[in-house]
Amino acid sequence: MTRFVVRRLCSMALVLFAISVLTFLIFQAIPNGDPAQRMAGRLSSPETVAAIRRTWGFDDPLWQQYLTTMKKIFTGEVISYTQQVNVLDEIRKGLPATLSLAIGAGILWLVLGVLFGLLSAVRAGGLTDRGLTVLAMVGVSTPVFLLGAVALYFLAFKVQLFPNGGYVPLTQNPADWAYHMILPWLVLSVLYVGIYSRVLRSNMLDTMSDDFVRTARAKGISERRVLVRHVLRNSLIPIVSLWSLDFAAVIGGGAILTESVFNLQGVGQYAAESIQQLDVPPVMVIVMLGAFFVVVLSAVTDVLFALLDPRIRLT
Amino acid sequence: MSDVDRSSSLAKSGGRNPLLAVEDLRVAFRTEDGLVQAVDGVSFHVDAGEVLAIVGESGSGKSVTGMTLLGLTRSHNARFEGRAAFGGRDLVGASDDELRRIRGAEIAMVFQDPMTGLNPVQRVGKQIVEQIRAHEDVSKDAALERARGLLERVGIPRPTERLRAYPHELSGGMRQRVMIAMALSCEPRLLIADEPTTALDVTIQAQILEEVRRMREETSAGVILITHDLGVVADVADRVAVMYAGQIVEQGTLDELFYDPQHPYTWGLLGSIARVDRPRPTRLPAIAGTPPSLADPPHGCRFRPRCPHAFAQCVELPPLEARAGEAGHLDRCWLPVAEKREKRRVGGQIGLGEAA
Repeated sequence: MTRFVVRRLCSMALVLFAISVLTFLIFQAIPNGDPAQRMAGRLSSPETVAAIRRTWGFDDPLWQQYLTTMKKIFTGEVISYTQQVNVLDEIRKGLPATLSLAIGAGILWLVLGVLFGLLSAVRAGGLTDRGLTVLAMVGVSTPVFLLGAVALYFLAFKVQLFPNGGYVPLTQNPADWAYHMILPWLVLSVLYVGIYSRVLRSNMLDTMSDDFVRTARAKGISERRVLVRHVLRNSLIPIVSLWSLDFAAVIGGGAILTESVFNLQGVGQYAAESIQQLDVPPVMVIVMLGAFFVVVLSAVTDVLFALLDPRIRLT
Repeated sequence: MSDVDRSSSLAKSGGRNPLLAVEDLRVAFRTEDGLVQAVDGVSFHVDAGEVLAIVGESGSGKSVTGMTLLGLTRSHNARFEGRAAFGGRDLVGASDDELRRIRGAEIAMVFQDPMTGLNPVQRVGKQIVEQIRAHEDVSKDAALERARGLLERVGIPRPTERLRAYPHELSGGMRQRVMIAMALSCEPRLLIADEPTTALDVTIQAQILEEVRRMREETSAGVILITHDLGVVADVADRVAVMYAGQIVEQGTLDELFYDPQHPYTWGLLGSIARVDRPRPTRLPAIAGTPPSLADPPHGCRFRPRCPHAFAQCVELPPLEARAGEAGHLDRCWLPVAEKREKRRVGGQIGLGEAA
């Protein structure tokens, strides 16, 4: 176990380092990306630009700029270029909305994905299965921004069943919070429900032809018990790893489109705005945050795996 | 009573009140290649305390026969005909629910591959308990205690500990013992063992067969032993049915089959056993050709295309009849008995031989 933790911590440090270097370098390579020029504005004199460059350290060698940025990130002093405010404070402001979206949608897509996958597998080849297959295909192939826009237009603008985007803190009004979150939860879940139900369906059909399922049937236990205790139990293991990685991505600001369409003011939307303005510091912090969640949750997944499948040991 | 006496007396008593009587069982599967007649008019019976071996190559329909008795082959694409009378019920026509109550309680099955036959994420104790509690209203603790006793009975050392083991922590032989313990857990009256020793090495094989024999002695349950291994058959069977391409081609007591085999296919099977008590041949004789496709079986005798002794009459399907004198010794071959006894002698032992 100690070895497992140490190995995971080392790989986490390595991943975060690699991600941060890559993100940093990408912004150096983007044309028209000179932050000093952008800060000074279009009609600025070369002297102003040079002054900005000096105060912000943009004329330092690249490695030094990277080190300075990293130091600022870890001491919590990192300032964005455009708004010139503390990035960590901004992220802290966006976090409740992002967490609300991720946790709610994560639970929703897990439950619905498993439910539809189970139904599909049990009724394989039947009408229910075919209907769910078509739904899954539509869900997987509809882009979130389109689905979100369509949902907003019809359900919020035309029928006015739901609010037209925005976020209400849970602490302020729980009912209003849920009311504002329902559409984003549904829209973000659709893609994952589609994927999960298909994956679970094929896992279950594979498992159903396994010898131990035949043994279970030969024992004379009810068909329902065969399906739940033997088939589903063994087919859920891969779903767990899918879920924790997807959940990590969303929690780390990966739901950029959903947050933007519904104007949730979360971390993802902050990332989207920062990318548009080529604002390097927030983008770096958010990307590293996302990577951090992915690495942590994949370690959690491995622990879960070992709990779910006794054949797996943590090394 | 010697073994020979008992087996022949059992064969004769068969018709009166057998534990299981299968009559004209037919199983067909709809596949992409058309209708596959996997089992084509199979009839046999099993008495209490008797071991019936069903022998044949892969694809001869022997496993499908066994699994059909438990309803494990039921699906949208399967068609069943015939009857299988067991304790006053017909297993072929029984409802799913009725069969479910029989499965594991009155008829238990042991499958071929113990490595994949147990749920990998459940402790073996729990898997046995699950079966007991599916059929009997006992507490978890009582069921677990019974499972412990069963493990002990099938020769698993330190049974209390093993109850908490996962299948991957046990060896292949150990897992097969767990499967047998599970099969015995509700004291079934009939045990169907589908190639129970095929995946095991020879010493473990012998131990597992000993378990089957002991179980038969102790509980007087009937056993259907499905195998392709004639060595196993010689070891434990009372009577033998030889299956080829979905049909029984010969049926009789162990001695009748081994010492007076009537069907050329049986000769071929007997001729291809490696024997340590005879001079070693350079090559083991094999039956030439491959088993026919069950989607499009040859008309007439199914074995005709591979039989070196086939003649004009073989284009008609021979019925399964007593031809060799003994009432219980049935076969499907047109050849006159005297000619058979001549033709099956190949180099001082029984074999398929070659066309004259």
